[in-house]
Amino acid sequence: MIRFVIKRLLLAIPTLWAVLTTVFLLVRVVPGDPTIVILGDQASAAARAELREKLGLAKPILAQYVDFMGQILTGDLGRSLATNRPIVDDVAAVLPYTIELTIASLIVGAVIGIPLGVWAAQSRDGFADWFARLFSLAGVSFPAFVSAILLLIVFAVELRWFPVISAPRTDALSERLAALVLPSLNLGLLMVAYVTRVTRSGMLKALGEDYTRTARSKGLAQRTIVWRHAFPNVLVPVVTVVGLYLGVLIGNAVLTEIVFNRPGIGKLIVTALNQRDYTLLQGLMVVSAFAIVVANILTDLTYGLVDPRVKTP
Amino acid sequence: MTDADIALRVEGLNTQIHVGSDWHDVVRDVSFSIRPRETLALVGESGCGKSMTALSVMGLLPPKVARIGAGRIVVDGIDLVAADEATRENMRGDRLGMIFQEPMTSLNPVLPIGFQVGEALMRHRGLSRRQARQKARELLELVRVPAAAERLDAYPHQFSGGMRQRVMIALALACSPKVLIADEPTTALDVTIQAQVLALIADLQEKEGLAVLLITHNLGVVASVADRVIVMYGGDVVESAPVGAFFARPTHPYSEALLAAMPRVDSDGGLEPIPGQVPTLTAMPKGCRFATRCALRTDACAELPPLAPVGGDPEHVARCWVRRDS
Repeated sequence: MIRFVIKRLLLAIPTLWAVLTTVFLLVRVVPGDPTIVILGDQASAAARAELREKLGLAKPILAQYVDFMGQILTGDLGRSLATNRPIVDDVAAVLPYTIELTIASLIVGAVIGIPLGVWAAQSRDGFADWFARLFSLAGVSFPAFVSAILLLIVFAVELRWFPVISAPRTDALSERLAALVLPSLNLGLLMVAYVTRVTRSGMLKALGEDYTRTARSKGLAQRTIVWRHAFPNVLVPVVTVVGLYLGVLIGNAVLTEIVFNRPGIGKLIVTALNQRDYTLLQGLMVVSAFAIVVANILTDLTYGLVDPRVKTP
Repeated sequence: MTDADIALRVEGLNTQIHVGSDWHDVVRDVSFSIRPRETLALVGESGCGKSMTALSVMGLLPPKVARIGAGRIVVDGIDLVAADEATRENMRGDRLGMIFQEPMTSLNPVLPIGFQVGEALMRHRGLSRRQARQKARELLELVRVPAAAERLDAYPHQFSGGMRQRVMIALALACSPKVLIADEPTTALDVTIQAQVLALIADLQEKEGLAVLLITHNLGVVASVADRVIVMYGGDVVESAPVGAFFARPTHPYSEALLAAMPRVDSDGGLEPIPGQVPTLTAMPKGCRFATRCALRTDACAELPPLAPVGGDPEHVARCWVRRDS
């Protein structure tokens, strides 16, 4: 298992390098001169040259690349064009909100989606199955901003169970959790949909496998067959889907953060786009890419835990 | 024979499967009984109902698609057909064990071998995890898995096909059942491993007093291990005989054709295939179901013949109008 972990971590290095290079190139191949975009087309040539110098765009492309990589390796993402604050500080201020929202949505997705999928598979084409299929269809097709507004109207405005604005004013745990419930439900709904579908189809397959028949031949109870024999075999596809949709979750968080008025990486990206803050945008792309690579490593390491064929080849 | 001498008695078993909107018989009026230490071979080509018979006895018919229409399956004085599901669950894995054709897929890939072998003991004997593990080690030694103690925590993918089938046998025998159902236990194995596995089953049968119901299409296997043979065709028993009498005097035209289609070392003649194919379930002829492929067919075959003694031997019966004793 330890060898597997080390191998997986070493494999992440070329992935990260490729991702960082892509971000670097992406920002530079975007058509149009960034200095014109930033200063407007009335700006003087001298002002533009000064900005180019400041942005480091005057140097040859290879030198820029070396600078960029060097900065990132030392944990420096540069300064924001709009505010001149270090980008690392801006990111550090909102990152905890994004992480807690993502983890809470994952938990919502797993805690609701897995039992729903298992339940549906056991009553194929029965009531539970139709209910789960409708529910997951609704989860995938409902736009996040619509469901967010619905949740707000019902639980915050009418029932007054949770705050309308989900940026907690103090750091008290109870307040933070209360502010987290509706946004994570909203974002988690999408996760529930995917997890339910994957769990359902995985369970249907596992329950038809020869090893399930062997478990029956031992006289085990249905509950034992489902949870001890069939379900562990479904964990691999479920973990895959959860890992893949972590990326989707980070993207979808933007809408949720806006409607619930929460700080977060998604909202910071929108701010950077609106203000044409290229350096901030580049920094946020690096952070997001890093997050997805980490999510993938965690997914792969989880395989090692749920599937013995990975850790004992 | 009194019930005390019988490990498994099946009477008038009728199993049906759901096709389209109707239930069709895949096993018709099958009766047999097996004594301890006896091996009964159920023989026939794919789709003849032999596996459905085994699954009926085991209570493992796929729900909604298949059901037992009539009959009695008696083990230890309990009729499994009339019993409720809880009773059947208690008998499965305890009084009845089963090994399957595919050792590669019949073991759970994510559970350690030791746990899978000992699980039935926790279920039926109330053993703790630790006691079950100890017993699993003994069982793996019994089926001659080398270095059993070290392999308790191994997973199925770390075993070869033959070793997995040994593990399956250990699993099926965990609670010392009275009846072992072996559904094509050697079909997926190499020929050399086949012989080892069959010898192992025979050896355990002697030690544990098992009654074995062996499902196979391999007449070579039948000749080497079975005591009695039942030949099935289209869900009907067409011939039932002690193994010696069967090979000496195969009586039903289908049994005869099966033997002619079997490769033999002592003959240089070619194989004789059986012409035609098994009619589909929805197009089974009335009367004798083999009539459409039979060279001896007469008008009488439009009606189903009874199982009648052959050559004056009450132990040897065949279902044929032409070949019955006149």
